[in-house]
Order: sequence, then structure tokens, then C-alpha cells
Amino acid sequence: MTTEFDIVIVGSGPAGLSAAARAAKRGVNHVLFERTDHASDTIYKYQKKKFVMATPDVLPLQSDMQFAAGVREDILGTWDAGLDEHAVNIRYNAEVTAIEGAKGDFTLTVNGNETVKAKHVIMSIGVQGNLRQLGVDGQDWERVQYQLDDPLEYDGETIVVVGAGDAAIENAIGLTEQNEVIIINRKGEFARAKQGNLNAINGAIENEVIECYFNASPARVEPGLLVLKTPEGEAEVKCDRIIARLGANPPRRFVEACGIKFSSDEPSALPELSAKYESSVEGLYIVGALAGYPLIKQAMNQGFEVVETILGNPVRPADEALLEERFAAIEGMAVGEVLEAIQNNVPLLSHMSRLQLREFMLESRIHRVRPKDIIFERNDFTNSVYSIVDGAVDIQINPNDPNEVVTLRTGAFFGEMGLLSGRRRTATILAHEDSILVETPRRAMLKLISSIDAAKRVIDEAAISRQIQTHLAPNIDPALLEEVVSTATIESFSAGDVMIEEGETTDDVYLIRSGSMMVSRRIGGRDVVLSYIPAGNYVGEMALLTEAPRSATVKATVAAETIKVDAGAFKRLLEREPALKSEIEARFRDRLVQNVEVEERPDSGDIIDFLVNQGLGEATDVLLIDEALCVRCDNCEKACAETHGGKSRLKREAGPTFGTLHVPTSCRHCEHPHCMSDCPADAIHRAPNGEVFIDEKCIGCGNCARDCPYNVIHMAYPPPPKPGLLQWLLLGMGPGPGEDKTPRAKPEGARETATKCDMCKDIAGGPSCVSACPTGAAIRVNPEEFFSITASTKSGRA
Amino acid sequence: MHEGFLVYAGFRYLKVATLLCVAAIAVYAWHSPPDEPNGGTWLGYGLGGIGAAIILLLMWFGVRKRRYGTVSKLQGWLSAHVYLGLSLIIVATLHTGFQFGWNLHTLAYGLMMVVIASGFFGIYAYARYPRLMTENRRGITTEEVYAGIGELDRECRQVASTMPDEIASLVLVSCNETRVGGSIARQLSGHDPDCGTERAFAGIRDLAASAGAEHGGDVRKLISLLGKKSTLLRTMRRDVQLKAMLEIWLYFHVPLSFALLAALVGHVISVFFYW
Ligand SMILES: Cc1cc2nc3c(=O)[nH]c(=O)nc-3n(C[C@H](O)[C@H](O)[C@H](O)COP(=O)(O)OP(=O)(O)OC[C@H]3O[C@@H](n4cnc5c(N)ncnc54)[C@H](O)[C@@H]3O)c2cc1C
Ligand code: HEM
Ligand code: SF4
Ligand code: SF4
Repeated sequence: MTTEFDIVIVGSGPAGLSAAARAAKRGVNHVLFERTDHASDTIYKYQKKKFVMATPDVLPLQSDMQFAAGVREDILGTWDAGLDEHAVNIRYNAEVTAIEGAKGDFTLTVNGNETVKAKHVIMSIGVQGNLRQLGVDGQDWERVQYQLDDPLEYDGETIVVVGAGDAAIENAIGLTEQNEVIIINRKGEFARAKQGNLNAINGAIENEVIECYFNASPARVEPGLLVLKTPEGEAEVKCDRIIARLGANPPRRFVEACGIKFSSDEPSALPELSAKYESSVEGLYIVGALAGYPLIKQAMNQGFEVVETILGNPVRPADEALLEERFAAIEGMAVGEVLEAIQNNVPLLSHMSRLQLREFMLESRIHRVRPKDIIFERNDFTNSVYSIVDGAVDIQINPNDPNEVVTLRTGAFFGEMGLLSGRRRTATILAHEDSILVETPRRAMLKLISSIDAAKRVIDEAAISRQIQTHLAPNIDPALLEEVVSTATIESFSAGDVMIEEGETTDDVYLIRSGSMMVSRRIGGRDVVLSYIPAGNYVGEMALLTEAPRSATVKATVAAETIKVDAGAFKRLLEREPALKSEIEARFRDRLVQNVEVEERPDSGDIIDFLVNQGLGEATDVLLIDEALCVRCDNCEKACAETHGGKSRLKREAGPTFGTLHVPTSCRHCEHPHCMSDCPADAIHRAPNGEVFIDEKCIGCGNCARDCPYNVIHMAYPPPPKPGLLQWLLLGMGPGPGEDKTPRAKPEGARETATKCDMCKDIAGGPSCVSACPTGAAIRVNPEEFFSITASTKSGRA
Repeated sequence: MHEGFLVYAGFRYLKVATLLCVAAIAVYAWHSPPDEPNGGTWLGYGLGGIGAAIILLLMWFGVRKRRYGTVSKLQGWLSAHVYLGLSLIIVATLHTGFQFGWNLHTLAYGLMMVVIASGFFGIYAYARYPRLMTENRRGITTEEVYAGIGELDRECRQVASTMPDEIASLVLVSCNETRVGGSIARQLSGHDPDCGTERAFAGIRDLAASAGAEHGGDVRKLISLLGKKSTLLRTMRRDVQLKAMLEIWLYFHVPLSFALLAALVGHVISVFFYW
């Protein structure tokens, strides 16, 4: 049986639903195919009662289906009602397995046997793909499942979780509360998961809360039994239930089989699309998550737009008004023209598709600056990146002489050093003439770098030469550095990786561009730490100058990136530049003296070692308590609670101690904050002075609390209103000063949010814990300054 | 890197206080009142006024300590508190002109000296005990110690479950009748004469001989577990003791300072009343 439609929509996620509703409303002959027996499977599979967000908040919704932030069940209910209301022709249990043909004459195969004809096809199948199955005999036992809605549904069972990704780990940990849990990992370790989950699972295995079979894979299933293949032979695991979380086969194979081209072979690549969502197959459109728009509201807007496009109606993209507002600073140019100008003028931004650029610009800001306007200042902690759409800016390269500047012109970008190193701005930048700049925040920039290779390359190339110039030889002519720059390469290290080994005979020089390193030497059979070197410094020039083997080992304290400068090129540079050479030699002599001093006082090295292990290698500001001064009055905690709605973000007693130096459990304001890496609501930010803080956009997902390796984020319900001092004294109302006021049980209608130290960024006197310490035991320090006090000065030695 | 409140800002308040004392002594020596020196001369009023102002400032410290999120550091206030408080010894004594008697005036003076003396002990405690606490703790947190004790109790109960009743009941004594802390005297003493664990330890040692050969190994195990528990308890009791030492003096310092305030008010009113 063959039927014919004007528009066939494949997949009933938010994108497909919205497209179908529009088609129905316009009276178009359409059908919507959905693989499962319900609409919108991705959202259907969210956790029960999940609070679904309607981000980006600023973006208006343009759809015949309704959508606002709310609980999963309500949203699905509204959509089912919408399907009825618009009389959408939806067919459930209908998986489209092939699409052939061309515009005006497509043939779709449904469930492998039925075919339908279509003039246009809208593909909105999302990116969830098909769940991978166990693929072993007996897998159809009714207690093998590939999903877990609510871990608390099971009680007192022995459950085997198969898999090593985030989903498997989260399920396994969630189940331990009421069940015996066994996890099966095909590999020897958990490597694919996010840091927070890694810590959790490794901890659970260590404490024997979860039993783990490493290097094991399922061989067959019998009711009540899972047989494993292990390196030692077969193993039998008795169980009441098997939950396999093996990920999904991405839909790419299917999409490519339909003739659609992707932008590259990278797993993260997207299908090639026109500005109207048309794929490389004319008449076949792609919208929603598969088109690269991972949020519900975007998907719905696109579903609406694409139908209007097919019908030949002019569409105004939902974000048009927003972009107009964004671009208000540039008078007399339409949105399209501004986007055009940006792509033509700025190579860094030219590789994005027009759709990607629109979204990028929604997150960015356009500035119009006049000559001498300050764009940012040296030592600011901001980390946005600027591109010059038109005009020029001056970089003050010499802090002591504001007149010594380098000018960047149209098409250049700047500010990437703060982004890459996670440290303070290294120079002040002012407008040179009337200019138009695009300022892009950290998150949008990181997304650009990670999703578009060409952009990453452009950034890296410029960054290498600028970093070498800034940190090695700020005052010499960039032309002289050409050889050094062109032979330089970027190397990455994980925490603990050795970059230079004592005794080896290499002589390259390294510039640390992010993270930090620790220098140590073996003395009397023991590693003695000589110094700590933060980003922005170089190491390794000692061997080059002395032509002797490496005198010390250099190790990454945290994940780090270095620029490796070729020894030959560097030597030739020094030959040509005697002034630079003598400067470097002078630094090198200072260092020798310091090394000797440290070797005579090895305990100062031990302190560095201890502190680096406490994460100070990546800290920008850390609370340290001298226990010889601390009278245990806990006024610091009380001050924190009093200034932060009754909940202290600091635990004075918890945390390790070395000698009398105590590192309490409190935020280190990391250079590259782990907590920021996975916040879906983009609620975590870095303030200009470096404070990492969480704003009111937090949706309480708890990712940050899991991702922070130092356990300093706590999920808490909002505290009750604070009584006045008199009310408390006279009427006994509410909690008194310094008492923990956060409710333990869930108050009616409340939602947990993440709380952490914000370094009292809004309080004039700085951190309250420090200002409230009566004895001076509590101080907050920047480790860079601190380490230089403990051991030696700035740059490295090896 | 860390700077204690005594050395705060390069001894700024020590300098201020010293200057104040030296000036007070110099003026006192130079000044020759018509009759003997006393609070009623212009110098007496001057010193009295300064002294009263300082006392009010010192009292204000208690309020300031509870104002959080301030611009200035509490550390500076404590530094000033200590040095200006000490300077009162000179300032107030000169104010009296060494005229003492059984009256309200001398009571105020006496109270002040007692408050200062207790403050002195406070300084001593603050200088000495924090370091001892750290050494005693050996890097273990309170929570870890209590978790360790809980774990040892669990092991003891497990071992005891197969042992004769007298021994099992002694283990229960250890588990249920061991307390850390208690009354102030108990806290300050640093040990507990009636400690359940000590009693169980002694009892089991006495019973060891009569317990029968088949229980020999288990008895030794219990003794070793209880020994470990005693060590942890000693650490905790010492911790409580040191913490109490850090606080106890404030229970004199603060109430007496309020008594002083009352006496001071009385002193001032009576002076003006009789005038
Ligand atoms: C755990 C989680 C939480 C999220 N939270 C939020 C949030 O709070 N807010 C937000 O805005 N976004 C959130 N998202 C993202 C959001 O769910 C997706 O961006 C959105 O669902 C994408 O919509 P879509 O229409 O493109 O595809 P999907 O919603 O994935 O829909 C695809 C549909 O196509 C069907 N299908 C697939 N293949 C075929 C085929 N061959 N034939 C027929 N049918 C097929 C599927 O069964 C499915 O119903 C979250 C995502 C996840 C995984
Ligand atoms: C007449 C003189 C003094 C008065 C009226 C006075 C009063 C006070 C008051 C009201 C407090 C507040 C305590 C609290 O609220 O917790 C205090 C604390 C304190 N005083 Fe004094 N004081 C005096 C002299 C001194 C002297 C001479 C010293 C030291 C030599 C001293 C050392 C301290 C210390 C160390 C604290 C505790 C700080 C803390 O940990 O919070 N005082 N005093
Ligand atoms: S919360 Fe944790 S990860 Fe985030 S900045 Fe602070 S210490 Fe670093
Ligand atoms: S819990 Fe943390 S990660 Fe999640 S939204 Fe809030 S701040 Fe972001």
C-alpha cells in the first residue's frame, strides 16, 4: 500500500511535533511517524517529575504547540492535548527505516515493509539513536532492561549494572541505597565518565559498597543469572535484575544512508545544512537536536519555521528580534548584513554555519567603542574573547609605559589568553579608533573551539605566538620570534605526568600556558620539591644554557598545557639577542641560589608538595588556617553563614593539615573551575576579580557538586527568612546569629540549589571568614604569591 | 605569611598603648597638684576620661565580634583590645592617684584588674593551646575519631557475641557507658574516672585467666581493641580539655567585664553626685 503526502515528518520530538502542528494548522496533507508508542520519546524517558527548563530564557517561542518550563508529566500532557487539538495525523509504532528519492518524489519505508510517498521530508529524529542491547543469548529475560526511571523503585534486589559510562555509574550509585549492586566494566578502569562520577564510583568500589568486575563482558543470560567472560574464565553472577547501559548507536548511519552529507568525519560533526535547514538532499530538511540545536525551545521554533519555508512563506526566525536588539549599536544595518560582515571580516568566526553564528551572536555582545575607551585592564579576571569586526585596538605591552603598544586591526581577536590560562589578563587594551567589537563569553567560545576545528587552529596559532611574545620576550620585534614560533608545538599533560625527567639530555624550553608544574629533585633517595610554577612561566632553559643533563624533574600538578619551544631555534634567538640572553642568564642564576636554599630547608618543599596535593596547583585563591593561631572559635564559619543566608559554605575543621597549616574545605576558585564544566543552566561564572560564583539560574541538577574534586559545593534548600536581632532575642523567632538555618527536610514547593563560596564578592571588606577571624589565623592567599614566599620566585628551573 | 593578632600591623597598637602609658607617666610625674594626686584634679579627670573611653571601647569588642561582613578586620580590633586593655593598668592606676579604700571606686578598679588578669590568661591560652590541639589530633578530625570509635565498638560486639556472659556484658559497658566531655570540671580534667571503656578493660583483664582456653585468642583481641579505643578516647578527651581551656577564661572575662561596666557607671555617677 502506498500513500502520498505533501510533508512527511519523521520523529515526534519537540521539533517534529511543532512541525506537524504547523502543517496541520495550515491544512497541509501530512503525516508524523513516531517509532515508539508515545510522542516525544526523549522527553518521555526523562526521570519522573524532572523539572524541564525552557532555556534560553530570552528566546521567544514560535510554535503552535505550547511549552513552558515545568514538570515532565505536565509538558507531555500539554503536547498530547496539542496533538488532538490540531488534529495532527500522527502514527505511532512506525519507524522510518529508509528514505529515497528526491524533492517532489521521496519514498519512505516504514517498519521495513510499508512505503509512503512524500514531496518534502522533515527529519527530526534527535540524537538519542537506538539503545545498544546486550547482544547475548537469553537477553530477552523479562528482567533485562536498558533504562532506569527511578532507582528507588527497586528494593532489596541484587542488581547487575552493565556499562562504564555516566548513565551506568549514576544508575549503579542510585541503586545502592536499597539494593546490592554489581557493576560490569569491559575495561580495566572507568575512563569515559565525568570526573564527579569517576570519583563516586571509585569511592564506592573502594568502600565495597559496589562490587565491580573489571575486564569482564556478558557471555549469556539465564533467568536469575548473568554469565561473564573474564580473563580468568567464566564467572557466574546471581542477580534479580540486569540493567544494561551501553549507550546508543548514533543515528548518523541512518542519516547518511538517506544521502545526507556531514561536515566532517568527527563524531561530533553535524549534517551540512543551509540557513533554511535544508540538507544536501534537496527537499529533505533537518531540524532539532540532529541539526545541532540541543534545546527544546530551539527545536520547536525550527519545526515551525521549516514548514513555513516549505510552503514558500517568508519566515522571520524567532531570534531575529533578539539579534536586532543585540546589533542595535550598529545603526543602519539589517541583521543579515551584520552577520555577513562578521563572517567576512573575522576569520575566527568565518567557519561557522549561518545558524551557528546566529546562536553564537545571541550569546555574544556587540560593543561600539571610541578611541581610548578601555576594553579590559591588566589583572582583570575576566575571560571573554573579543573579535574586531571593524576598527583597531591598542595592547599595552609594557605595564610601566602605557605608550608602548601593539595595534590589532579589523579581523583580529584578543583576550584568548585569559580564556586559555584561566588567569588574570596580562595587558590592558584600549580602543585605537572608533571600532565595533564582538565580545564572546567563555562558554560560547569553548563551544566554538571544541566544535569547529578550523576555529581551534586559528586560536592556537595566534595564541602560541602571543604567549611566547608575552612571557618570553615582550619587548622584542615579533619578526625575530618567527622561527621560535613556527617550530613550537602544544603538548598536554594530565595531573602527575612527567614533562622533564631529571638526568635526561633534552634541552627544549617549555612555556606553561595552562595549569601548573612542580619541580623536584631526588636527594638522598627522596623527591624533594624545589618549586611550583604557575601558568605564564617557562621551564627548562637551565639545561639549554648549561648544556648539562636535566637537573630536576618537572611534573604537571593538574591538567596542563605547555608550548614546547625547539632548543635550536631558541638558542639561535639568544645568539641574535644578547640582551634577552643576559636577562635569562640572570634569572637562571637567581634560581640556582634559590634551589640551594630550598635544598637546605627541604620542609618548605614538603609544604609545596602537600599544598599541591590539596589542589593549590590550580587554585587562584585559597583559604589557609594557621592552627597555631586558630582558637577554634568558628567565628569564620559563623561569619560565612551570617553573610550567606544562614548556611556556611566553609567547614573549618574538615580538611587536611600539614604541620600547623590547615586547608579547610572551602572553594579554591580554580583557574579552570571543574564545577563550571557541566552546568546545563550556565549558572556558574567567574567575576572580574576571580571569584567563581553560582547565580540564581541554578536548576539544582547537582552536576557541579559532583564535579568539584574538593567537595565544596553543597545542595541546599533555601533558608527561612532571617529574623531581626530583636525578634530573635525577645520572641525567640527563627534561628539566631551564626546558626545553620537551612532546612533538612524539603520545604513545600522548594527546590534545592547549589551553594558555594563566592569569596564575598559583594562585600566591601572581602571574605567575611577572614575579616571575622579574631586572631589572624584565617587568611586567603593566591597560591602564586604564597608559593613564591615558601620557596622561591616566579619562573621555573630545570 | 600568617600574622597573629599580637604582631598585627607591625605592633601598631602596642606602640599606641606604650605611647599612651609613657605620656601618662610623664604628665603624672610633672604634674604637682595642690594636695595629693587623686581623681579630682584636671589630670585625674583626664586620665579617668581616657580610661573610661578605653573600657567602653573594649566592651564594644563583644558587639563588633558579632558583626559580620565588615570592612575592617576583627583581628585589628583584638590587637587594639589587648594592648589598650593592658595600658589601663597604668592609666587607671595613675587615675586613682594610689588612693584606695573600701568603696565603690576601688571596687571598679579591682574588677578592672581582675578582668585584665583574666584577659592575660586568655592571651596565654591563645598562644599555647592551639598548637597543642593540633599536635594532639595528629591530623585526624573529630568525625574520623568518632567513626573510628564506632567501628571499634562494632568489632568488639562481634567478638563478644561468642563469649561468656560476663565478658559480653563488660563489652556492652564499654559501648554504652563511655562518654567524652560532660560537666565543665570533667572537660577540664581531661579524663573520666568512671569511663566505661576503662572499666571494661580492667574487668576483662581480670577475667582473662578464668575465661577458658578456647576464648584465649578472642580475649587478647578484645584487649587490643579496647586498648585502641582508649587511645582514641584519650585523644578526644585531651581535645575537649584543650578546647575548654581556650574558652573557660571567657566565662570569667565577660561577666566580670559587665560587672565592671556597672561599677564604672556607679563610680562616675557617684563622683558627679558628690561633687
Ligand atoms: C536527560 C536530558 C535532560 C534534558 N533536559 C532538557 C531541559 O531541561 N530543557 C531543554 O530545553 N532541553 C533538555 N534536553 C535536551 C532536549 O531533550 C532535546 O534537545 C530535544 O528533545 C531535541 O528534540 P528533537 O525533536 O530534536 O529530538 P528528540 O526529542 O530526541 O525526538 C526524536 C524522536 O524521534 C523518534 N525517532 C527516532 N528515530 C526514528 C525513526 N527512524 N522513525 C521514527 N521515529 C524516530 C524518537 O523515538 C523520538 O521520539 C535534555 C536532554 C536529556 C537527554
Ligand atoms: C577592662 C578591660 C577589659 C574589658 C572590659 C574587656 C572586655 C571584653 C569583652 C566584652 C570581650 C568579648 C568576649 C566575647 O564576646 O566573646 C573580650 C574578649 C577578649 N578579651 Fe577582653 N577586656 C578587657 C581587657 C582585656 C585584656 C587586658 C586582655 C588581654 C591581655 C583581653 C583579652 C581578650 C581576649 C583575648 C578576648 C577574646 C577574643 C575572642 O576570642 O573573641 N581583654 N574582652
Ligand atoms: S567549587 Fe570546586 S571546582 Fe569549582 S572553583 Fe571551587 S574548588 Fe574549584
Ligand atoms: S546545581 Fe550546579 S551545575 Fe547544576 S545548575 Fe546549579 S549551579 Fe549549575
